[in-house]
Amino acid sequence: MFEVEAPLIAKSRKAGHFVMVKVGEKGERIPLTIADADLAKGTITLVVQKMGVSSSKLCNLAEGEFITDMVGPLGKATHIEKFGTVVCACGGVGTAPMMPIVAALKKAGNRVITVLAARNKDLIILEEQMQELSDEVIVMTDDGSYGVKGLVTNGVESVIQREKVDLCVTIGPAIMMKFVSLLTKKYEVPTLASLNTIMVDGTGMCGACRVSVGGKTRFVCIDGPEFDAHQVDFDEMLMRLGGYRDIEREDMEKMKCASGVN
Amino acid sequence: MNITEERALPWRAELRNSMKAKERTDIPRVEMPAQDPKVRCTNNEEVNYGLTAEKAMQEAKRCLDCANPTCMEGCPVGIYIPKFIKHIEKGEFLEAAKTLKETSALPAVCGRVCPQEKQCEAKCVHLKMKKESVAIGHLERFAADYERESGNISIPVVAEPNGMKIAVVGSGPAGLSFAGDMAKMGYDVTVFEALHEIGGVLKYGIPEFRLPNAFVDVEIDNLRAIGVKFITNCIIGRTITIEELKADGFKGVFVGSGAGLPRFMNIKGENLVGVMSSNEYLTRVNLMDAASPDSDTPVFLGKKVAVIGGGNTAMDSVRTAKRLGADRAIIAYRRSEEEMPARLEEVHHAKEEGIEFMTLRNPIEFIGNDQGRVTHMVLQVMELGEPDASGRRSPVEVPGKTETIEIDEAIVSVGVSPNPLIPQSVMGLEITKWGTIVVDNDTMQSAVPIVFAGGDIVRGGATVILAMGDGRKAAAAMDKWIKQGLS
Ligand SMILES: Cc1cc2nc3c(=O)[nH]c(=O)nc-3n(C[C@H](O)[C@H](O)[C@H](O)COP(=O)(O)OP(=O)(O)OC[C@H]3O[C@@H](n4cnc5c(N)ncnc54)[C@H](O)[C@@H]3O)c2cc1C
Ligand SMILES: Cc1cc2nc3c(=O)[nH]c(=O)nc-3n(C[C@H](O)[C@H](O)[C@H](O)COP(=O)(O)OP(=O)(O)OC[C@H]3O[C@@H](n4cnc5c(N)ncnc54)[C@H](O)[C@@H]3O)c2cc1C
Ligand code: SF4
Ligand code: FES
Repeated sequence: MFEVEAPLIAKSRKAGHFVMVKVGEKGERIPLTIADADLAKGTITLVVQKMGVSSSKLCNLAEGEFITDMVGPLGKATHIEKFGTVVCACGGVGTAPMMPIVAALKKAGNRVITVLAARNKDLIILEEQMQELSDEVIVMTDDGSYGVKGLVTNGVESVIQREKVDLCVTIGPAIMMKFVSLLTKKYEVPTLASLNTIMVDGTGMCGACRVSVGGKTRFVCIDGPEFDAHQVDFDEMLMRLGGYRDIEREDMEKMKCASGVN
Repeated sequence: MNITEERALPWRAELRNSMKAKERTDIPRVEMPAQDPKVRCTNNEEVNYGLTAEKAMQEAKRCLDCANPTCMEGCPVGIYIPKFIKHIEKGEFLEAAKTLKETSALPAVCGRVCPQEKQCEAKCVHLKMKKESVAIGHLERFAADYERESGNISIPVVAEPNGMKIAVVGSGPAGLSFAGDMAKMGYDVTVFEALHEIGGVLKYGIPEFRLPNAFVDVEIDNLRAIGVKFITNCIIGRTITIEELKADGFKGVFVGSGAGLPRFMNIKGENLVGVMSSNEYLTRVNLMDAASPDSDTPVFLGKKVAVIGGGNTAMDSVRTAKRLGADRAIIAYRRSEEEMPARLEEVHHAKEEGIEFMTLRNPIEFIGNDQGRVTHMVLQVMELGEPDASGRRSPVEVPGKTETIEIDEAIVSVGVSPNPLIPQSVMGLEITKWGTIVVDNDTMQSAVPIVFAGGDIVRGGATVILAMGDGRKAAAAMDKWIKQGLS
């Protein structure tokens, strides 16, 4: 978790917005959700999970060091109103970006139930913060090492079966969002998914982030990142996310070698 | 002094009469020396070497110093062409550069990227005599390069600071030229740029082998030297709004935010892995330096690369692919070569470099493998029909005739739309159905009085020289508007 000085961004950001961050002259621009902002201090909070080269470089920054470039806020802010009962289903990289949305939904008077999922206990993050922000938190782990054993979808389904759900918001790995979306479609619960596609500029300039929504090509960075999950072509998104996997893996190997980490 | 009076000055008359017109027109047009095509498609260095002083002076002799210089009608900003050329003939290269700068803010750039064969050179009187036109573009480049390399860049006279703050949105040619003119008039100018680099398309789009970044940086440094401030990573309408700028005391805002939104064809398979916009491809390679091993940004290095389109962007993409090791680098264009909007020189260069041209071919589908990676492209064979609204003969399908070619990367370069960030975020602007901002033709002022605009955000995808011309026009008009408001 990082607190970054960015007074202008702190002032204009809303829940759902993200920033593009670049570490080092030859760094990559990666999208990160603004998890929180402190207007008085003029800072924003980013929560980063080590995935590959760029997120690791960021995580390796020591306190007081500088992020080379950061721009934002980008994307469309989440549409927040009083919906009633909202289930926020998140897992993996999706947990951090969910935090400001949970906070905003709660503030607007919704009953917010957060389903927090991960493979095992060690990978559950931000539980405490989520407990504070939500009416209820359901923790799910694949191996049952913590909370309830099962997938995020099991958690969501248990809520839907138990009470009327007006909206579901889901953020996480594309495969997870796909299954949440299939589930809520079955129960006809309107669902928003915040898509974490590959991005280059984040300002609508390149089209790297494009997805098919309702059969139309949309740019996640300017039309999204949130879309009606039931309209999103998750299979295509999954396919596109894999696009640079081989090159990324090579880069990661190089970095490990260079830093002597294994 | 008007141009007739200038032409009558003794030095011009003397020079003009020192040689017979026939002798001048008999000199063959200079050839631009360039890197060997076989060598250059393995490096990223500039293709053209530029003229030597000797060659430039010889070429300058070809110009007849016409009483009615038709070439100037072809120049969108009306550069005083015969005057700068005659300075070159006389060996007064710095004077030539000064003449260029009277009208053009970026001569070293325009000398390299303007479509001269459609502009000034298309109107040169030589063509009427069935001779090749004077190489105006090459001479422009020569004078500008000479000035830069001499280290004697003429520092413009800057008026007393008037303390009035002006904001510029976007650092492409429109924004840069506007900023320069306003700073010279004494305004306190700040340029806001969304990306982490300054220069707009000049940096992220046009490749190094055609326009080295270092030259763009010189122009930017010159602007800094006269007090222009640059703020990168700042998106107007997002990080700061125009209202906030206004509240912060900015007296005028010039929007030169460009046409950054890539268009796609909306055909089957276009979202397969390996199919991307030219903006994505060029941004990865030029802005993020993705091809260099120490860059974190990846780029897929295709071996069989097809680029769809016939404009400068398509040429830049296909020649970049070749340089990044493609065995086959193909242009697929739905019209014939004659209709290609790209600069003639780029098409020639591309051919020399072994780029394959598949014209009258329109992609209708991309086919992929089970990992979703593109493997083939299906092309509809076209033929030319009647001329369309643009005057170009429009391509029509030859029924039932298609071709399928093997590819591993496809770059879609079928045009761009205006960047929607500003139109979306400023209330009260008048926007066309193409997403461009409506402005007054003479003043470049928009429906929101404090906002002026120019370049691609007003014209859609256009050219560097037009963007630059707009910037300068807007600067003159904004200055007048602000001063009117004060009196
Ligand atoms: C709008 C948006 C908001 C985001 N917010 C956050 C955030 O708040 N916190 C956070 O930790 N991450 C967030 N992400 C994801 C983050 O941008 C990626 O994790 C990051 O780009 C990975 O870069 P890398 O170089 O470290 O990894 P890479 O080397 O690029 O990738 C490593 C591995 O992760 C996979 N991968 C790459 N990108 C993604 C992705 N977007 N989703 C799933 N898998 C991916 C690759 O296929 C590869 O296997 C967000 C993404 C988007 C689009
Ligand atoms: C690959 C390629 C090759 C080309 N080749 C030629 C050529 O050979 N000859 C020629 O004449 N023309 C060529 N063009 C076209 C030419 O480059 C453009 O017409 C010209 O650059 C337009 O200038 P501009 O100043 O309007 O915008 P741009 O150069 O597009 O600059 C706009 C800038 O504004 C920034 N911006 C956008 N929105 C915001 C915001 N809200 N806040 C802050 N900043 C913002 C963008 O990031 C960008 O840097 C080419 C274009 C491309 C893409
Ligand atoms: S038309 Fe040609 S010959 Fe005449 S002044 Fe212009 S460049 Fe020179
Ligand atoms: S990231 Fe480039 S268009 Fe969305």
